[in-house]
Amino acid sequence: MPIIEIVFYLFSTVLVLSALSVITVGNPIHAVLFLILSFFSAACIWILLQAEFLAITLVLVYVGAVMVLFLFVVMMLDVNVTSVKEGFARYLPAGVLVALAMAVQLFLVIWTRGMETVPLPAAEEEGYSHTSMIGELLYTEYLYAFEIAAVLLLVAIIAAISLTHRRRPETKYQDPSRQVRVKRDERLRVIKMKSEGEDA
Amino acid sequence: MMDQLLTLLWTMAKILMIILPVTIGVAYYTYFERKVLGYMHARRGPNRIGPLGLLQPFADVFKMLFKELIVPTNASKFLFLLAPLLSLGPALAAWAVVPFDDWLVLADIDAGLLMILALTSMGVYGILLGGWASNSKYALLGGLRAAAQTVSYEIAMGFALVGVIVLAGTLNLTAIVEAQSGNIFTWYWLPLLPLFVIYFVSGVAETNRAPFDVAEGESEIVAGFHVEYSGAGFAVFFLAEYANMILISALASLLFMGGWLSPFAGIPVLGDTILGEGGVHWFLLKTVVFCFLFLWFRATFPRYRYDQIMRLGWKVFIPITIVWIMVAGVFRVMGWFGG
Repeated sequence: MPIIEIVFYLFSTVLVLSALSVITVGNPIHAVLFLILSFFSAACIWILLQAEFLAITLVLVYVGAVMVLFLFVVMMLDVNVTSVKEGFARYLPAGVLVALAMAVQLFLVIWTRGMETVPLPAAEEEGYSHTSMIGELLYTEYLYAFEIAAVLLLVAIIAAISLTHRRRPETKYQDPSRQVRVKRDERLRVIKMKSEGEDA
Repeated sequence: MMDQLLTLLWTMAKILMIILPVTIGVAYYTYFERKVLGYMHARRGPNRIGPLGLLQPFADVFKMLFKELIVPTNASKFLFLLAPLLSLGPALAAWAVVPFDDWLVLADIDAGLLMILALTSMGVYGILLGGWASNSKYALLGGLRAAAQTVSYEIAMGFALVGVIVLAGTLNLTAIVEAQSGNIFTWYWLPLLPLFVIYFVSGVAETNRAPFDVAEGESEIVAGFHVEYSGAGFAVFFLAEYANMILISALASLLFMGGWLSPFAGIPVLGDTILGEGGVHWFLLKTVVFCFLFLWFRATFPRYRYDQIMRLGWKVFIPITIVWIMVAGVFRVMGWFGG
């Protein structure tokens, strides 16, 4: 068996097992860590497909930034694991229903393309760069879709910030520009007085 | 199968040829730091073990390895032991795409710069998990501080690199250095001066070094994320921190200071002497200068207050980088730099 296949099966096993562990482990921190591991394994599989730009972006954005904030928030939360597990039997039918619906949808999507095996794309000639190809496609053919998605994200960011931002007058806040602009006369007063010696 | 195994073994050998010098570099970086800090404080620094104290780093390594590895009660043992490795792994892996000369690079991949950004952004997990798994208030606070700081400065750092990418028109590190060839004034430190400064300062903040070392902050939170670590665990955290500092220095010299290119290129007299030709020696020299800056900062500046660090990152650095990316775009369109 070629090494590339061994590597593929290794990473896909890790991916599937860690994805399963995300929903089965009790500790929320461990769940987040398994999610990170599954993202990372997915990125490794993409690299095997020579989609190195997508893979690195997945690691950079999700593993490097989004999941750090996730972990950050989960560490701060005081999650009571037993109370989370309490409603298991009650929510089970709804959960099974949702899972079934998603499985059927996935099945339909796969079925329309058929389950035939797709051969690996032919090796590209020397000097072919996937990264610059993606850039060219995004900024020429799919420019409008790309820009609209970017604007949507910007609107979402601004909306999220303006919804959660609140002025809290009671918090102590220092204005650095005022601190820098401070003059000697505002802080210091030179006074003349007689000495207070012991014999006075 | 056989030749695949051979390729694998050969790659392993090449990896070792990079990791060993980096590790020895880290060992002597600690010696360099103590000497530099010593002379800046008007004392001599380590001078007992070996001539001029040159064997001090090895004495330190053996001391740490033979010390007891203490795992705190109620610590999450697996994560506690995994965390130092998680911070070391990315710090060493990033060296795979660093070109030392125009032919000397382990993996000459197209998206090399992105790869380094992705790997260095993963280093924070070691610190965050080390802080959490220690089951200690101080360690947790240090870990949280490190996470917030790293995520904030990564944005400024990434934007600073976007300026380089705009001028060079490529993500490949070898090609970025070659795009700077000419003389010292065609290197990117000049057209991208604000981005260069921001990149290096963000690099100092990313590696949690003084004056941005609030993640350790020994005057407030004892030693931050590694307060519970002893012996080998502490040594590995230390190794990762210094490897990251050397990496940031190497990147600064590659992206803004022309990597292995000679600053005297184009001067006729020096044409083909060692001074005029580019080579590994120039790259190493520039890297050492940046390494020295890290130590100089540490001896000079008092520690930033935490809210000021956040303000500097979000309200000062990020707006400047966004403006300068546009300026770089103008340079590019007018054909003044890059091409």
